Amino acid sequence: MPKVGLFIPCYVDQFYPQVGLATLRVLRQLGVDVDFPVEQTCCGQPMANSGCGEQTRPLAEKFLKIFGKYEHVVAPSGSCVSMVRNHYAQWLEGRQDFDHLRTNTFELCEYLVDIARVVKVAGDFPRKVGLHMSCHGLRELRLGRSSELMVTPFNKVRFLLAQLRGIEIVNLIRPDECCGFGGTFAVNEEAVSCLMGRDRLADHEKARAEIIAGFDTSCLMHLDGLIRRLNKPLRVMHVAEILERARLA
Amino acid sequence: MMGHAAKALPFVSDEERAHWHDQALWFVRLKRDRQAESIPEWEALRESASAIKAHTLSRLADYLEEFERNARANGIQVHWARDGTEHNTIVHRILAGRGITRLVKSKSMLTEECHLNPYLEAQGIEVTDTDLGERIVQLRREPPSHIVLPAIHLKKQDIGELFHKELGTAQGASDPSYLTEAARGHLRQKFMAAQAGLTGVNFAIAETGGFVVCTNEGNADMGTSLPPLHIASMGVEKVIPRTKDLAIFLRLLARSATGQPVTTYTTHFHGPLRGGELHVVIVDNGRSAILHNETFRRSLACIRCGACMNTCPVFRRSGGYSYGYTVPGPIGSLLAPLRNPSHFGSLPFASSLCGSCSDVCPVKIDLHHELYAFRQELVRQKIVPLYKRLAMAGLSWVLMTTWAYCLASRLMRWFVPRLPRALVYGPWNPWGRQRELPQMPRESFRDLIKKEPT
Repeated sequence: MPKVGLFIPCYVDQFYPQVGLATLRVLRQLGVDVDFPVEQTCCGQPMANSGCGEQTRPLAEKFLKIFGKYEHVVAPSGSCVSMVRNHYAQWLEGRQDFDHLRTNTFELCEYLVDIARVVKVAGDFPRKVGLHMSCHGLRELRLGRSSELMVTPFNKVRFLLAQLRGIEIVNLIRPDECCGFGGTFAVNEEAVSCLMGRDRLADHEKARAEIIAGFDTSCLMHLDGLIRRLNKPLRVMHVAEILERARLA
Repeated sequence: MMGHAAKALPFVSDEERAHWHDQALWFVRLKRDRQAESIPEWEALRESASAIKAHTLSRLADYLEEFERNARANGIQVHWARDGTEHNTIVHRILAGRGITRLVKSKSMLTEECHLNPYLEAQGIEVTDTDLGERIVQLRREPPSHIVLPAIHLKKQDIGELFHKELGTAQGASDPSYLTEAARGHLRQKFMAAQAGLTGVNFAIAETGGFVVCTNEGNADMGTSLPPLHIASMGVEKVIPRTKDLAIFLRLLARSATGQPVTTYTTHFHGPLRGGELHVVIVDNGRSAILHNETFRRSLACIRCGACMNTCPVFRRSGGYSYGYTVPGPIGSLLAPLRNPSHFGSLPFASSLCGSCSDVCPVKIDLHHELYAFRQELVRQKIVPLYKRLAMAGLSWVLMTTWAYCLASRLMRWFVPRLPRALVYGPWNPWGRQRELPQMPRESFRDLIKKEPT
C-alpha cells in the first residue's frame, strides 16, 4: 500500500500544475512513497459552499472510495482538506474507512510538521515574503493561531519558511484578514470580494513584500488576478514552490 | 428582491468611505484584542459562557418561570408577549393606562426588532431614544446600522449637519465634544420631561428575579431614576441561571463589544422605585421556533456584543444597512433568515466563511459553520435561484465523471487564451471585472506527472 495519496485539487490540477509538482517533489524528497490516483477530480467544495449538499454527496463518496485506502492523504490546499475533515461527516458518517480518512487527510504544511516531523529546512530564499494565512487552513485546520484566539502563538507555515536562509517574513498590519476569495463568494459578492483582496495587497505592499506566499492556491489565484490586473509589483507563490528548492529533514 | 451584494454595492463603491468604516471598526476589534489579551483565562471564560448558555437554552422554560416567580416576589410585574405586536400592545397598554405621552428609551435592539417606536408614535406617544448613537439615527429617521454602535456609518460632519438642522448647533460645526455637549443638553430636557423610561435587558437572573442593563452613557439610569415607571423589554434568551454566572458574561461583554474592561454603567434592577412601577415584558417573537431548530439553536446564545460585526471583513466593507435586518453582520445573517428565509436568503451567502466571527464570539457560536449549513437549508427550500442550483448540478456531474472533467478543462485551457479578450471578459464574467483569470497552462498536473522522474 503506498503511503501517501496525493490529492491535487481540481483547479490546481488544471491551472496551477507547478504547485502540484512542487508538492510531489517536496514529498518525494523526504522519501515519502507518493501515489497520485488519476480518477480523482474535486472534493466537492464548490457545491457544498453553494448549499448544494445533494450534489456534494457523490463527490464525497468518490473521494472516500479513491483515498480511503491510503495511510495518509496530502493536499496542497487548506480549504479542501478542511472540507474532508470538517464537512464530509454530513455525507459519510459511519462509512467504512471514513474515520480513518478524516483523521489522516492533511494539508501539506501540517503533514510536514506533524506527521513527517520536519524540523530542519535548509536552503536559500533571499526574498521579502508576506505570509497569507488563508482562513480555512488557519481557523479550521489550525495551522497557526488566529489573531482572535488568546492562546500561545504558533504557526506551522512560518516555522517551515522562516528557516530558509535570507528570507524576510514581513510584518503585516492585519496578519490574518481574509482576502475575500471565499469560493463562490468571489463572484456572488464580486465588489466586496475584490475590495477585500485589494486591501490585502495594500497591506503586503506597505510591508514591502515581494512575494505573497500561501498554502491555498485558491486565495492566491484571486490575489494574483488582482495583481495582474493592477500591475502590482508583487507575485504569489505556493509554499510548496518555495520549499521544493530546499532540503527538508 | 435585492440581495446583500446589490445592497452593498453603493457602500463598497464609495471606496474612501468603505475604508473609513473598515478602519473605524477594525480599531474596535484591536481594542477588543488588547482587552482579551489582558485576561489569561479568556478562552476558559468563553468556554464557560458557551456552556452556561447551552445549559440555559436546554431548559429555558424552567429558568424563565423561575425568573418570573422571583421577579414577582420583588414587586416586578411580568408580562409575556408571543410576538412583536403583542409586545407593542402591552407596552402601549401600560403607558396609555397611566396617561403617559412622553417616553425615554435606552438602547434596545428588541424594540427595534418589534418596531415599537413607530407603533407608539402612531398612538400619539413621543418616544426619545437616549443613547447618543440611537438618537442620531432616530433624528435621521434611520434604523441603527450596528447593534452596539448604531451610528457608526456616519462621519462627524454628517452629525454636525444633522444637529445644525435638528438641534440648532452652529453651521459647519463638527467638533465631537461640542456636538456631544449639544446632544447632552437636548437629551437632558427629554429626561426631565419623561413620564416613563424603557430599557432593554442584557441579563435576567433566574435565581434572583433581577436583571442587568449595561450602557456606556448612563442613559438607562437617567431614564429609569427620574420617572416613576420603568418598562424593560427582554427576549426569552436573555435569562441566565445564577448571579455568579453574571460575572462571566460581564467580563466578556464589554471587552468583546468595545474593548472596555466593563461597561461604564452596569445597573442591577431588583424592583420598582419607591412608589413607582417596574414592568418586564418577556418576548418570544420567533425565538422558541429557533430553539426547536437543532442546527441553529446556538444562535440564541448571542449576547449582542457586536464583535462578529467588528471583525467581519464583509460587514466592515458593506455596512450594516446592506443586511436589511435589525441585527446585521454574521449573527444577523443567521437570525434574519431563520425568521424569514425567502426574504433574507442572500445573507448566509454574504460571508467568505473566513471564520473570524466564530473565533471572536465570546459565547463561541460557530457562526461560519452555521452560515455554511444555512446555505443547504436555502437550497432545500428552493430559495436559491434555480439557475444556480442547475449550474451546481451540472458541475457536480462533470466532476463526478473523470473523463468529462478532463475534457472540459482541456477545452477551457485551449480556448480561453485563443478567444478575443472582449469575449472572455464580457459582463457575463464577474470574476474578470476587476481580476484576471488564471493563466491557462498548456498541460495539467495529471499530464505533467507522467514526465516526472519517480
